[in-house]
Amino acid sequence: MKKISLLTFLTVLTTLASYAQSTDIEMAEGLRSSGKIWVVVLVLLTIMIGVFFYLFTIDRKVTKLEKRNS
Amino acid sequence: MRKNWWKILAACLVCASVVAGFMGPVPKLFLLHETIRNVYFHVPMWFAMFTLYTISVVYSVKYLNNGNPKHDIIAVEAVNTGVIFCFLGLLTGMQWANITWGEAWPSDSKTNGSAIATLMYLAYLVLRNTLEEEQKRAKISAVYNIFAFPIMIVLMYILPKMTDSLHPGSGGNSTFGDLDMDHNMRPIFYSAVVGWILTGIWICTLRYRVRLLESKANQID
Repeated sequence: MKKISLLTFLTVLTTLASYAQSTDIEMAEGLRSSGKIWVVVLVLLTIMIGVFFYLFTIDRKVTKLEKRNS
Repeated sequence: MRKNWWKILAACLVCASVVAGFMGPVPKLFLLHETIRNVYFHVPMWFAMFTLYTISVVYSVKYLNNGNPKHDIIAVEAVNTGVIFCFLGLLTGMQWANITWGEAWPSDSKTNGSAIATLMYLAYLVLRNTLEEEQKRAKISAVYNIFAFPIMIVLMYILPKMTDSLHPGSGGNSTFGDLDMDHNMRPIFYSAVVGWILTGIWICTLRYRVRLLESKANQID
């Protein structure tokens, strides 16, 4: 279980990294020209991570209840 | 031990699509400009909704086959979750249309079709609440669901393709696969779609498990 989740995480990371490499130069230019868009990306990412963290907490709570009930 | 890897995958894909969706290169298009990036966020809502409605109709058929009340609960919770994604899709679509098509609700065949389909699924949820007896409720709503599903497909996916619509892939318009979306957008779009579909299924399973706990608690009381 842990192995599989680690593997998927690594796969996503490596695909992201390879994606970043192929567009590195263009992204840096975009950064300077388009103001502070990174801040917006950071805010959205924080929101998404928060939402998913919340989902995981609910998931764990439900699992706990299921174990207690069975 | 429950298998949770796909939940992590869902979170990673959605987060990756947010970052890549903003920073990735997009084609320069007439009228759309940067709003083409909405494809990464607006369209996956509809994919998630469609997947959840499909799950719902599959479990409605299963329920009619074997009468297992758990299948009825899956069917209704899939619709409950699907309706949320549908509303998110409608709202984001209105915001996008307001800027690019000039008004929030242009009389577009796909927009109107999806509104009617939404009402149909809301009627499904209301119908369930009006029926007291559990078996009757499950049976009638399963039959209704099986009828509603093909009508939803016709309204949202077939009729707009036959008539004129502002949406891509309709009337004489090209699908977003040909012109609007270049090969840079495709991997981001598909990872967003898969991520949101998995997230929708995840929320649906959570609702289903809570409902099971509730019904168990009711039996004990």
